[in-house]
Amino acid sequence: MKLQKATRFALYSVLECAREPDRPVSATEIAEKYEVSIHHLSKVLRELGRAGILEAARGVGGGYRFKGNPRRLTLMDVIALFEDISSRSGAGREPGSRTEVGRALGVVLEEIDEIAKATFRSITIDTMLKLIERSQRPALQK
Amino acid sequence: MNRVRDVAVRVRQVLQGDLEEVIALDAQVTGLKKPEYWAELYHRYGMGRRRERQFLVAEGARGIEGFVIGEVRDWEFGSPACGWVFGINVRPGRRQAGIGSQLLEAICEGFRSLGVTKVRTLLARDNNLVLSFFRAQGMMAAPFIPLEMELGQ
Repeated sequence: MKLQKATRFALYSVLECAREPDRPVSATEIAEKYEVSIHHLSKVLRELGRAGILEAARGVGGGYRFKGNPRRLTLMDVIALFEDISSRSGAGREPGSRTEVGRALGVVLEEIDEIAKATFRSITIDTMLKLIERSQRPALQK
Repeated sequence: MNRVRDVAVRVRQVLQGDLEEVIALDAQVTGLKKPEYWAELYHRYGMGRRRERQFLVAEGARGIEGFVIGEVRDWEFGSPACGWVFGINVRPGRRQAGIGSQLLEAICEGFRSLGVTKVRTLLARDNNLVLSFFRAQGMMAAPFIPLEMELGQ
């Protein structure tokens, strides 16, 4: 499973903002931390704003605030704003995919994608924040 | 966070007198009333004869608000002893109030007391509600792949 750049930038942005929901996080801050293009990131942030997941806070110290429900919003909800992974491995689109070998390979790829989609649907932003916290613990203990 | 205020419950072992409420709760969620199935589960898991088998309920002021069933199994799928959660449910109007977490914690405590250090469960891929619940409790994908096939005539 490989996500497009915009989707990854969106997930980074949503999670950065959700970590500190009371503090506006600037686009520059996110762009620098994740080493991504500010131009590309700005488009992604606008899309997240239109979807009601982030809210732009203007003025000095402005940026983006998380506006979603972290216990309800899933990774799939964010991903679906930027790409359609629901029918990615459908047969008949790639060269050779209509052959008997291609169709059999399609069945295997679809199985893998179905598991990936179930994973994205079952992980909320709140769960991701807990996962981030847990993954930081060993580093803090060093 | 849109979280319902935590509901005070007491998690305890199921009693025969709880079965009617458990059956009704299950029927409310699944749409199917299965008294024989629940009587059998009570017989196997709920009578406290074997410590590795657990059937717990969350009792609140208005009655049974949820239940959890599981057991410790040795060498299941080649794995050393671990706890398995087979079923967990909370009354729909009482969800997001910490009852499921208390039930899971109670059954995990029972598993720990038997010396196991891991808990597992198995769910349908499209059961987003319960999958999300277990994910929120910290569960990650296990190193197993469930497989099946149609049995021809």
